[in-house]
Amino acid sequence: MEHKYTITADQLTKQFGDFIAVDHISFAVQQGEIFGFLGANGAGKTTAMRMLCGLSLPSSGKATVAGYDVFTQTEQIKQSIGYMSQKFSLYEDLTVTENMRFYGGIYGMRIAAIKDRAKEILAQLHLQGEKDTLVKSLPLGWKQKLAFSVAMFHRPGIVFLDEPTGGVDPITRREFWEMIYAAAAAGTTIFVTTHYMDEAEYCNRVSIMVDGQIAAMDTPAGLKKQFATDSMETVFLQLARKAVRTE
Amino acid sequence: MQQFLSFVRKEFYHILRDRRTLFILFGMPIAQIMLFGFALTNEVKNSKIAILDPSRDVLSMRITDRLEASRYFDLATAPRTMQEVDAAFKKGQIRMAVVFPQRFHQQVVHGNSATIQLIADASDPNTATTLVNYANAIIQDEQKALNGLQKVPYRIEPQMRMLYNPQLKGAYNFVPGVMAMILLLVCTMMTSIAIVKEKETGTMEILLASPLRPILVIVAKAVPYLAVSAVNVASILLLSVFVLDLPIQGSLALLVGESLLFTITSLTLGLLISSVTNSQQVAMLISLMGMFLPTLMFSGFMFPIENMPLPMQIISNIVPAKWFFYIVKAVMIKGLGLHAIWKETLILAGMTTFLLLVSIRKYKIRLA
Repeated sequence: MEHKYTITADQLTKQFGDFIAVDHISFAVQQGEIFGFLGANGAGKTTAMRMLCGLSLPSSGKATVAGYDVFTQTEQIKQSIGYMSQKFSLYEDLTVTENMRFYGGIYGMRIAAIKDRAKEILAQLHLQGEKDTLVKSLPLGWKQKLAFSVAMFHRPGIVFLDEPTGGVDPITRREFWEMIYAAAAAGTTIFVTTHYMDEAEYCNRVSIMVDGQIAAMDTPAGLKKQFATDSMETVFLQLARKAVRTE
Repeated sequence: MQQFLSFVRKEFYHILRDRRTLFILFGMPIAQIMLFGFALTNEVKNSKIAILDPSRDVLSMRITDRLEASRYFDLATAPRTMQEVDAAFKKGQIRMAVVFPQRFHQQVVHGNSATIQLIADASDPNTATTLVNYANAIIQDEQKALNGLQKVPYRIEPQMRMLYNPQLKGAYNFVPGVMAMILLLVCTMMTSIAIVKEKETGTMEILLASPLRPILVIVAKAVPYLAVSAVNVASILLLSVFVLDLPIQGSLALLVGESLLFTITSLTLGLLISSVTNSQQVAMLISLMGMFLPTLMFSGFMFPIENMPLPMQIISNIVPAKWFFYIVKAVMIKGLGLHAIWKETLILAGMTTFLLLVSIRKYKIRLA
């Protein structure tokens, strides 16, 4: 069976003046894969991800997301992806239901579909009792899980998660990853950036960015073998120490 | 369209949930109209004065009666010495003192001249000037009457009549001024803050990553403030008509139309500010310093533009509120129609179009 790639990048580059934030990166992500995108601060992870989401125009190279070109078809890309940013991405002064209704609305979902999906998500998260609670009064872990569900609200084929678990306790992170697994099992492609090496272990494949380039890319097991160690931490540190630029 | 409506609804939630801001948004115009209408008025009414009259003769009594009878003055105390006058000033009991000399009538009749001292509390210079002018006018009235009997060629021009409008109604000036200020404050400041807030919290990224067209984000942000402004214009006009007795002389439709135009001007200004800043504080600062202060100074609301040095007069032309202020005064107070203000309307519309074009160009569809 031939692999179906939902994200491809070929020599993708982003330059800000003299500074090359992302330097000719190439990779391909399969459908239903959990693709970990690692790198130290300032390595270019977020910039690369923004180019793929249509938030930032690449300087050169080629890339497609869900079969659409990042230069010319950003509207179609935006319709077929979900996005969760580093910063908390729900509206604190809106209730749980209102947040879901809003995101469903801006993705052009019909009212009946929004209602059904909202019910489904509330059930998944066991949040039925909190549906009319303002988001600001929810605990951080719940907010984070809700933010992920909202990014998945319009059932996108691909979801981009930019450091989704920052500042969350280990138990919640575990639960969060269970949600990611469930989504991937259902066929959603997950593109996730992270700092946490234990999370890197959860990914099907990992790429490590150093100074805007992809320094290594393989399964976690393959990387550990390649660097003759039993922890991703060591792999990452070995690569990241070579970095010239700092943030 | 449904995308747009979900967005507008979300914006209304933001505004309605924030009770404190909401209260300020709707309360501010009412408070300002009331303040300017009743508290901060420069009308001189029932000011407390003291009269020190050691002569107590026909003429001094007649002047005293006139002062007392006028609605500008209220006789608070009748001190007997200058020390008592001094004390009354210090205690804040009086705003002005009228001091007659000894043998006042005799001095006038035999010496052909006498002086009356008018002492005013100049810690509030405007009021002091006004009080002195009025007292002066009353005294000169009396003097004229006296001169008429004596057939002495003696005429004094009552200059204050030209300086103040006959009824001394401050409302003529401040209702249009408050309207300009409120619209600018609500639309420019609140819109820019609302957009920048999305940037600050990171939700702007989510919005940009969504298929929602960026122009819809902007329009959806502006709609609720347009509604808030409409309510504010209505409340200002209602207050001025029913509480301040300042009728709308011209066409109401024209007035509302012009207000709408200025609201859009302010919204585009807010949009422009939001596209060049990334934090709510900066947006607020620019709105206040860059918009609010010039409006206060250059619209002609507080300080007459004609009295400014030429460079300042030229600068005042780029302040949109100046034109709006002129238009509102013309329509509301002078009762003029579009024929009298089409030039100003055109200038305002031109400014709005220009600002809109610039801000749409500036608005970043992509993050970088």
